[in-house]
Amino acid sequence: MTLDSRIPAGPIEAKWDNHRFAMKLVNPANKRKYHVIVVGTGLAGASAAASLAELGYRVTALSYHESPRRAHSISAQGGINAPKNYPNDGDSVYRLFYDTVKGGDYRAREANVYRLAQVSNAIIDQCVAQGVPFAREYGGLLDNRSFGGAQVSRTFYARGQTGQQLLLGAYSALMRQVGLGAVKFIERREMLDLVVADGKARGIVARNMVDGRLESYSADAVILATGGYSNVFFLSTNAKMCNATATWRAHKRGAFFGNPCFTQIHPTCIPVASDHQSKLTLMSESLRNDGRIWVPKEKGDKRAPNQIPEAERDYYLERMYPSFGNLVPRDVASRRAKEMCDKGHGVGTTGLAVYLDFSDTIKRNGRAWVAEKYGNLFDMYKQITGEDGYDSPMRIYPAVHYTMGGLWVDYNLMGTIPGLFVLGEANFSDHGANRLGASALMQGLADGYFIIPYTIGDYLASNKFSAIDSTAPAFKEAESSVAGITKKLTGVNGKTPVDVLHKELGKIMWDYCGMGRNAAGLKKALTLIPALRERFWEEVAIPGSADAFNQELEKAHRLADFLELAELMVQDALLRDESCGGHFREEHQTEDGEAKRNDAKFSFVAAWEYAGAKKSPKLHKEPLKFEYVKPSQRSYK
Amino acid sequence: MNKISSFTTSSVGRKLSMGLTGFFLCSFLVVHLYLNLFLLKQDRGSTFDTYADFMATYPLIRPLEIILFAGFLLHAFIGGWLWITNRIARPVRYAANRPSENSTLASRTAFWTGAFVFIFLVVHVNTFFVRSRFFADGMTMHERVYEAFQSPLYVTFYLVALAFLAYHLKHGVQSAFQTLGLRRRRYETLINAAAVLFWLVIPAVFAVLPLYFLLAH
Amino acid sequence: MSESMTITLNVWRQKDKTSEGRFVRYTLSGVSPDMSFLEMLDLLNLDLIRRGEEPVAFDHDCREGICGTCSLYINGRAHGPLKGVTACQLHMRTFHDGDAITVEPWRARAFPVIRDLVVDRSAFDRIMAAGGFVSVRTGGAPDANTIPIPKPVAEEAMDAAACIGCGACVAACKNGSAMLFVAAKVSQLALLPQGHAERRQRVEAMVAQMDAEGFGSCSNTYACEAECPKQISVSHIARLNTEYLRAKLL
Repeated sequence: MTLDSRIPAGPIEAKWDNHRFAMKLVNPANKRKYHVIVVGTGLAGASAAASLAELGYRVTALSYHESPRRAHSISAQGGINAPKNYPNDGDSVYRLFYDTVKGGDYRAREANVYRLAQVSNAIIDQCVAQGVPFAREYGGLLDNRSFGGAQVSRTFYARGQTGQQLLLGAYSALMRQVGLGAVKFIERREMLDLVVADGKARGIVARNMVDGRLESYSADAVILATGGYSNVFFLSTNAKMCNATATWRAHKRGAFFGNPCFTQIHPTCIPVASDHQSKLTLMSESLRNDGRIWVPKEKGDKRAPNQIPEAERDYYLERMYPSFGNLVPRDVASRRAKEMCDKGHGVGTTGLAVYLDFSDTIKRNGRAWVAEKYGNLFDMYKQITGEDGYDSPMRIYPAVHYTMGGLWVDYNLMGTIPGLFVLGEANFSDHGANRLGASALMQGLADGYFIIPYTIGDYLASNKFSAIDSTAPAFKEAESSVAGITKKLTGVNGKTPVDVLHKELGKIMWDYCGMGRNAAGLKKALTLIPALRERFWEEVAIPGSADAFNQELEKAHRLADFLELAELMVQDALLRDESCGGHFREEHQTEDGEAKRNDAKFSFVAAWEYAGAKKSPKLHKEPLKFEYVKPSQRSYK
Repeated sequence: MNKISSFTTSSVGRKLSMGLTGFFLCSFLVVHLYLNLFLLKQDRGSTFDTYADFMATYPLIRPLEIILFAGFLLHAFIGGWLWITNRIARPVRYAANRPSENSTLASRTAFWTGAFVFIFLVVHVNTFFVRSRFFADGMTMHERVYEAFQSPLYVTFYLVALAFLAYHLKHGVQSAFQTLGLRRRRYETLINAAAVLFWLVIPAVFAVLPLYFLLAH
Repeated sequence: MSESMTITLNVWRQKDKTSEGRFVRYTLSGVSPDMSFLEMLDLLNLDLIRRGEEPVAFDHDCREGICGTCSLYINGRAHGPLKGVTACQLHMRTFHDGDAITVEPWRARAFPVIRDLVVDRSAFDRIMAAGGFVSVRTGGAPDANTIPIPKPVAEEAMDAAACIGCGACVAACKNGSAMLFVAAKVSQLALLPQGHAERRQRVEAMVAQMDAEGFGSCSNTYACEAECPKQISVSHIARLNTEYLRAKLL
């Protein structure tokens, strides 16, 4: 199988327009003959399901949540990018494209990124029309703020709840279609297998999480919008249910996995407090707009932050990066924080934190101004730590936040299995080795509102579909495969709870495949993970019945997949013997400690093919060509 | 027609009806109190009786009377209906519940205070309205009032009922403003003043009358 | 700060929708004050799993107070004793060593219990499907700055839009009324010009669906506002009422 990214010909500005004209259309009257399954109803899934139903396709949308409004997109705080250039500060589609390719450290596909930048303005228009209450200026027009990795203000926001408002917008569009009968929304269903028949994705097998029954759904195309896999680390900013099972099981059915080692560590999270911690909480990096990051110059300085005079503070980001200052990209900010702590400048009881200080801004603009912009984040900080961020600096530390890697897709967002489309964080496509802030919401909605409605039509119009329903052999085979895994899991009868094993996996991944990686550590992880996987299959405890509501069984299915995905991540990290973006191989850094790419050898997408249990995955390379943004050493000085 | 029937059966429609009838009944309270104050005039009840006669005989008063009774009954009927449907909306109660942490007693007991006021009204209407209108016993209204309030028991009942009315209105008046969408931050002072007038001042002045007849005569 | 506490829990256990439920008492030691309430339940569940018992089922996801999934009635209060906080953001430092805590699911006819502390809130989705939207097709929107919206109006709309749909308003209301939830959406879209074209159908359809789902009706106790983790104001209910009156009478 060779990888064909299907990038349209022509100059970059014209590729998407040319392609939209070249793609086949489905006659309006024929659209209702096609049935599309959308798995996951976050930003990408909800917007896709709503938009496809508006066009006339029959859509079934499934979610493991009780409602689409619970999807983790809701937690995104800071904002969404669009180069509207309302502030008149020199923004353009090309600049957003440029910033995103550069921010991704030249490991993203130029054509995809350009298209993303192109459609992003329409997203803002769409959301405003839906009634999303973006922040406004006193004149009544939309307000913008700046974000890491950019020198223009292009981020639209709704207080610190932009993800929530955008998701509720997409959710409202989806529910409208549900009310009209155009979308069938099925809640509390977890996809446990992809059904491939005659080489095409034709349906899924899902578990009804209320009564435990396996259900098969057949369709003409399957869209996965199931999010990322940060929870492989156990502790991450992802919601507890976020998992890789849908994408991983599709991978095992033949979908290639792209750049699995590209994970993003977010710099402004609330530090870990205790062993009992179940997840990490992110605070929007928009805080870096007005907060200043510092550590004591003296190592091991245990004085209260307010006792440390100005002259004894090291505002290290402002010192090292005079032009971007506190607004350097996420990977840089995270790595520098870790480095400061590793050198002994860390603060707080654990020494694994740096200060984020608002005192200057409060002095300049007043507490009320800060509260209006960031009030909910300060409240959240206080709720979790019991400390007041207005009175003394907040403590922050990096945490796993987003996975740039995901199922490999071509320009049409189709994976290597025909008819399997992958949207949002679940695919690998647009962010390269590092995602810029306020770009995840943009990508999810771009994929769902403005890309898939075109590209899926081309697929449906270009292919013939044999009649198939959920009694077909391919469905029976998938059902029995899933039932087999469930039976094996419940048959272990061990004593160790799923979460305990998951925490162990998380620790391995954080230690050896986290913010800093090296060949020795990765090789060690490659022995630790299979050993842990073996223990999982011998020790895991899953009380209760498989034929009922059973949250431990749900978690066990997910962890079984994380234990396999983790190994692939490490293999990918070991293969990529260079540093780029969020992938920092300690062997490859500049004198200043920045990530040092090796474009000659690694300017490609690593797309991994599943080769079967206990067999090494097969690597495919999609070469990356940079015709517009010439790769250079990223510099934010 | 469909609009109107769906209005009366919908929860919000019924609430609006409660608010509207509530306001209407409040306006009646003002008229009632105004006329009652003539009982305090030292003219052996002649002004009061003149008004009472006017109310009993002037033809235009009849339809108003019917509207008033209808208002009372509607308010009570919808109130009871809402209470029943609201009970049904929570078939299983909480084992541990602390409503005092999130709401006032007056708001939670509006049905019960209203129910007591309703019982009072039955007695009240029987004493003064039914007897004077349908039993020609030759007593003037002033004599009737004088007679009724000689009984300490009856006066006590009145005072308790007025206390319940006050507590009912403590919730009811501001609630009606809220229901009719008039409770805006801008008018808060005005609404609070109106609420105090209705729940505190008016029942208090009403309460003066039985006490006056019991103690001063 | 990290002294450990012992807590007695009185938890509602119910096998499924049709089974009878009952309270079960657990004593849990080793509770850290820094734990969130849900992490305390995680600890209980680890204990139960190790003993081979079925863990307590409860809905949760983001654990940062925004997804609206967690839904616990804790010691007689929706989301527990603190104001403006979801159960996942409630920390054990709010309680004391030796405390007894009763944990119940949301109780409302429209929110049937699925298992233990998990309830079915799909009624909210059906209310939204009835009218909680602006009918705008993908791609048909004018430039975002075409309609200026005064900042105070946008802010008030945002106050309403902050609803996380957790159902605490229903749980806390003595009438099991969903008025604050419905009002938050009606009010948001009534405030914004984008919502004006459909304001009449919207309020009528959403109220009709709310009633059909079996929620009680509002009697202005304002318990909803007091218990709302996002502190959404009952002034939005006042706005819903006028919207409804306008739709029916004008």
